[in-house]
Amino acid sequence: MSVTTTIAKRELSSYFFSPIAYVAMILFLAACGVAFIDDFRPGQVVAMRSIFDWMVWLLVFIVPVLCMGLLAQEFSSGTVETLMTAPVTDQQVVLGKFLGAMGFLLALVLPTLLYVVLLAIYGRPDYGPILSGYLGIVLVGALFTAVGLFCSALTRSQVVAAVSAAAFLFAVTVIPWWVRGKVILDQWISKAVDQFVQTRYADFSKGVIDTGNVVFFIACTVLLLFLTIKVVESRRWR
Amino acid sequence: MISVQQLTKVYGTTLAVDHVSFEVEKGQIVGFLGPNAAGKSTTMRMLTCYLAPTSGTATINGFDIFHQSQQVRQSLGYLPESVPLYAEMRVDEYLEFRGKLRDLPADQRKKRIDYVVERCWLGTVRRKVIGHLSKGFRQRVGLADAMLHNPAVLILDEPTVGLDPNQIREMRRLIKALGGDHTVLLSTHILPEVEAICDHLVIIAGGRIVAKGALDELREKRKIEARVLVECQGPASDVKLALERVNGVAKVELLESDVKGVTLAAIKAKEGYDVRGEAARTVIQRGWPLREVKYEHATLEELFVQVTANQAMARVEEEKAA
Repeated sequence: MSVTTTIAKRELSSYFFSPIAYVAMILFLAACGVAFIDDFRPGQVVAMRSIFDWMVWLLVFIVPVLCMGLLAQEFSSGTVETLMTAPVTDQQVVLGKFLGAMGFLLALVLPTLLYVVLLAIYGRPDYGPILSGYLGIVLVGALFTAVGLFCSALTRSQVVAAVSAAAFLFAVTVIPWWVRGKVILDQWISKAVDQFVQTRYADFSKGVIDTGNVVFFIACTVLLLFLTIKVVESRRWR
Repeated sequence: MISVQQLTKVYGTTLAVDHVSFEVEKGQIVGFLGPNAAGKSTTMRMLTCYLAPTSGTATINGFDIFHQSQQVRQSLGYLPESVPLYAEMRVDEYLEFRGKLRDLPADQRKKRIDYVVERCWLGTVRRKVIGHLSKGFRQRVGLADAMLHNPAVLILDEPTVGLDPNQIREMRRLIKALGGDHTVLLSTHILPEVEAICDHLVIIAGGRIVAKGALDELREKRKIEARVLVECQGPASDVKLALERVNGVAKVELLESDVKGVTLAAIKAKEGYDVRGEAARTVIQRGWPLREVKYEHATLEELFVQVTANQAMARVEEEKAA
């Protein structure tokens, strides 16, 4: 376990040396601030519905950028050679990278707690949906990070990693939501579309914690981490 | 300490390493020599568990590289050819990170970091960011990392590439000092380097081992005999005749001299004879001003060219036969 946390810590601290992480952070927080204007009006429900809805769209593009370097950079700079010849297992490396990126994602979301404070000062917020919203964001963030990490394991190029991860996340998040809004669907198709990220996540921001949704996010994250480990392992045989 | 048996690696359809076998005893410094793309790095990557061999096996410190990969990694230090480092970290942060990865306990970690920093002359750059360091310093950081956990075996892939002549000399001195305590396998295609540092030699070409053994043994084996060079100011044919009469001389060959009026003769002595004294006396007695008498080993360069050329010939013949 200590090796995993060592890798995670190094990864987390390396974010704070990277300008792109700061840019991502600024964009994310600025956009959240704009979204918060909708929540912060007289007569609105004292919760953070629109901010949570927005966050998911933002993460579709921000997480791939944050995750693109996790493994691709190790491959392109060759540091993977020193890393993988130290007494560490592939699982420890992948898990460490994942936890490091999750750490930064939490650091990214953390300042939005300020909005909760503001709501508490000017109204009586409904803490239930806020709490479940944050749970949802953490679960979605974990899934997105696992996707980003997987794409980063497939290539030496950070750009390819970021673009492919963003395209994948766009396909499983934005497109099903758009289809649902635009077209009148047969019942079975609409059921199928509901299996994707947006609908499942929307429950959390409404304050509903459905075990099925929790299991969905955790299972998909674990599956992607497993696939990433296999990709990293396969490098040895090429 | 290192035992390699029939190690083979195939990339797609390219045979990079072809049934390589050799042994390295404890405390030896072994030069792993070969032209570019001979399979040196690939062999080293297999030994360090970075790549899995297609077939064959090897043990390091008694551990199998495939089945006991974690123990193997624990007992070796590796400096890859490109010396990859995390550019954004400071030198001591990096060493601290590497020490933690290898599970060194905190007090020992501090001691070892102090030790390798001193040993690799990194004292002045400890707090510097690695990305800002010169190539020479980065190379030393890489070596410090490889030595950090006091491993039984050090595997260094072209440790002096990209250094300036002073740094090369320093690096060689350092590596030489490491022998005895550590077993060192170092790859290079720079021949004088092997002569300067190593006591044993493995030559690889086209993925196959073409020669191995102690340096002297190898020279013996290849029958490139030592010779004595005599340089004096005298008429070439007379010098040749005079030297041929010296006791113990087998053959005299005249070489071309850069200076006008100077004769350069190469003497091959019979086995067991040292002809230097007699040859010098002869020249002086004849009244020719003697400029130099030099004993010359067969250079590694000749050995290298000979064995790799043989390898190339064998390949050509094989292809013809096929």
